[in-house]
Amino acid sequence: MIPANYFLILSVVLFVLGAIAFFIKRDLITQFMSIEIMLNAANLAFITFARSANSPDGQIIVFFIITVAAAETAVGLAIILLIFRQKKTIKSEDIKLMKG
Amino acid sequence: MGYFLFFLLAAVTVGAVLGMIISKNQAYNAIFLILAFACMGGLFALLEAPFIAVVQIIIYAGAIMVLFIFVVMMIDVRSGIPAEKKKWIIYLSPVLAVVLIIELILSIKGAFTLPVSTAIIKAGPTDLGRLLFTKYLYHFEITSILIIAALVGAIVLVKKKEKE
Repeated sequence: MIPANYFLILSVVLFVLGAIAFFIKRDLITQFMSIEIMLNAANLAFITFARSANSPDGQIIVFFIITVAAAETAVGLAIILLIFRQKKTIKSEDIKLMKG
Repeated sequence: MGYFLFFLLAAVTVGAVLGMIISKNQAYNAIFLILAFACMGGLFALLEAPFIAVVQIIIYAGAIMVLFIFVVMMIDVRSGIPAEKKKWIIYLSPVLAVVLIIELILSIKGAFTLPVSTAIIKAGPTDLGRLLFTKYLYHFEITSILIIAALVGAIVLVKKKEKE
């Protein structure tokens, strides 16, 4: 049985790496991917606590997080595609205006 | 054996995320992320959550990343977009990252001393399914409405306008 703190520290490290990637990268798609990494780090923490608390509720929450992440990805990628069609760029700095 | 698997999977996950940060090519980024998510599935299996492990691999490493790769293909940016150019951001970010790691670890330090229960968790697919359709029934239904809304929203957004 691997102790919970190993998993928690890994989850923290992954979350911070995702945050770094979000701030360092400049294209929208990769920034979106780093959001997914952060969501996954949260999932890892949830499942670790589910094991510590010996209850399956944490796993249900992770199931819902994954579902919401799938919906969020579909809408987000549609928006990125729309931005690319209108502005011909996906650099996050070039997108300054909300309309036009 | 468990420890060996844990360290292997953790190293590959962190390495894949680092590769994603370093690489400039979006398609490679997506592939790195698939690797990271597959290893996360392995970690979930180590945590005695077999159903979530399978869902992770099928939905995250499968469906979501295929969506990403499709969009990378459609957007087709020839020259990769370089990372942040400003030097001070490059130098400052590792420092702030270490600070954030320490802060987060301090904040969850109380959880480190949680007793590890040795009892077998009843969390097989059967138990999760039963819980999903009894205790979490409303959440489940609301999630299905959310997915329909996201689907319709994505289609409406991307649809090319007819002649105006």
